[in-house]
Amino acid sequence: MGSANPNLVELRDLKVTFDGVEVLHGIDLDVARGEALGLVGESGCGKSVTWLAALGLLPGKAAVTGSVRVDGRELCGARRSALEEIRGGRIAMIFQDPSSSLNPVLSVGRQIVEALRLHRGLRGGAARAEALRLMDMVGIPDPPRRFDLYPHEFSGGQCQRLMIAMALAGQPDLLIADEPTTALDATIQAQILDLLNTLRAETGMALVFISHDLGAVSQVCERVCVMYAGRIVEEATVAQLFSEPRHPYTRGLFDAIPRIDAPRQRLLPISGTVPNPKHLPEGCSFSPRCPRAVDACGRERPPLTPLDDGRRLACTRPVPLAASRRRIPQGVMQ
Amino acid sequence: MIRFVLVRLLRAVITILAVVTFAFVVLRMSGDPAQVMLGPDVPQDALDAFRRTWGLDQPLWVQYLAYIKSIFTGDFGVSMRDKASALHLVLERVPATLQLTVPALILKLLIGIPAGVYAALHRQSFADRGVIMLAIMGFTIPSFVMGLVLVLVFSVLLGVLPSGGQNTWVHGILPTITMSIGGIGILARFSRSAMIEVMGQPYIRTASAKGLKWRDVIWSHALPTAAVPIVTIVGFMVGSLIAGAVVVESIFSWPGIGRLLVVSVSNRDLAVVQCILLVIAAAMVVSNLVVDLLYGWLDPRLRSHAAH
Repeated sequence: MGSANPNLVELRDLKVTFDGVEVLHGIDLDVARGEALGLVGESGCGKSVTWLAALGLLPGKAAVTGSVRVDGRELCGARRSALEEIRGGRIAMIFQDPSSSLNPVLSVGRQIVEALRLHRGLRGGAARAEALRLMDMVGIPDPPRRFDLYPHEFSGGQCQRLMIAMALAGQPDLLIADEPTTALDATIQAQILDLLNTLRAETGMALVFISHDLGAVSQVCERVCVMYAGRIVEEATVAQLFSEPRHPYTRGLFDAIPRIDAPRQRLLPISGTVPNPKHLPEGCSFSPRCPRAVDACGRERPPLTPLDDGRRLACTRPVPLAASRRRIPQGVMQ
Repeated sequence: MIRFVLVRLLRAVITILAVVTFAFVVLRMSGDPAQVMLGPDVPQDALDAFRRTWGLDQPLWVQYLAYIKSIFTGDFGVSMRDKASALHLVLERVPATLQLTVPALILKLLIGIPAGVYAALHRQSFADRGVIMLAIMGFTIPSFVMGLVLVLVFSVLLGVLPSGGQNTWVHGILPTITMSIGGIGILARFSRSAMIEVMGQPYIRTASAKGLKWRDVIWSHALPTAAVPIVTIVGFMVGSLIAGAVVVESIFSWPGIGRLLVVSVSNRDLAVVQCILLVIAAAMVVSNLVVDLLYGWLDPRLRSHAAH
């Protein structure tokens, strides 16, 4: 079954409800083996929740419905032990704030060894040797000396490298990077993105890169999903999305990026604010903020529909192709 | 590390001196031992003789300096009542007190911490609410009420347990339970909130995301971190082991330090009261020192702070 189906993970109609308020409204998404997928959107649009829900990592008050299949095996509603098998071993995850994502009272070596013992059955000297190799692989200088140090003795960027080392320990098929560079300086950010690219080339694992930074996404991803208010509104390849964004929201995200290759001009912010999930507008959630909205947008919500060029789009009045063509800012895309 | 310990030891000595000074002053301000010891109708000569014998006719600061000097030479004074060494009288009572306080502490730890952790892991459940309610009852009901209720139920109504005395281990059951209930409540509340705090931390999510079993997430990631605040409270409890319990020992006529303190204060037996306070203060200070060292062991972040 696994080899016939190129998709490693398939999410179908994934919904998440917190205390009776639906925050994720039916996500359909596939991740193919080895691919790098970006998930973009403002804070609170559900990009992280999608994957926390898929792995069963949301707190108990969250209700998750729909289907999450990994290699055809259903995870949604599965027993805890089934989820524990997938976590770390098939799908690993790294988080936004690396310094607080590592346990402060355990040495970093021990935390990596823990994953090695769990997923690869390594113990003692073998586990230590492999942990040192992983630390070296993610660019921690002088691993033997730093094996027994604690997280607070490392910088934020190094903690993220250690998180990555720990994630790699289970030899996952998919790494979910949840805003891995948001808390880091720009230079460190670039190093971490490079590291992710290198590791993906070396290991062939798939990557889901969650970010609000389109530039970062373009550096590591092949395909991008743009999310808004708990739904995917546009999905395309990086090239398509960056040259011709079709959803007015996607377009708005690009217009809000300052450009260093063009004359100075006012940035065009998206007017209004993200709607409260308790009181989503009727019809298309983006319609109250949308410059292209017509009356129909406020009545009926357009479904996510495949287009001829391979992208998927949920918009009644998409940006016309000619008008959407834009010069790709240098530096945003490599 | 050595500097850390030395600084702490110096502070400990200062703390103990402060306690001793306070006790010295307050005891002498609050009543005349001669009057209390000899009774109200005693001739002035006898009173004067008594005061001269015990040095009470000297100015306060002379008495104080003499007292401090004798402490540093290991002389803790003599009981005015039975002329025995105060330290000896106090130490004689230590085993009886420990017979109650050590089992009580064990009960507190064995019941309080697991109850709090369980409640935290089953938040908003029936068990959680039950634990909170019992814990609040435990530490709000004063021990003199709790002790009397237990006596009423188990000694008077059921007649299964003795209401006082120290003859057999059975006599220790009711006082031990009375003594432990408040601490169980405090530890349950404290462990619960410490655990809830830790369970919300990002590294707990990391541990789950790693694929660790739920049990291992709790045992190897949550509990070691939650232990840090719990140790503080336990430290206080260990420090007060020797202090015993004035109220509980009085209710159950248990001949421990608490009882000795009550009797000695009412007799204005200065040397004994001062000696008890000194021993209690020393125990508190030592247990605090141990807690500080434990912190460093439990939390590497504090270890490197102390080193810098």
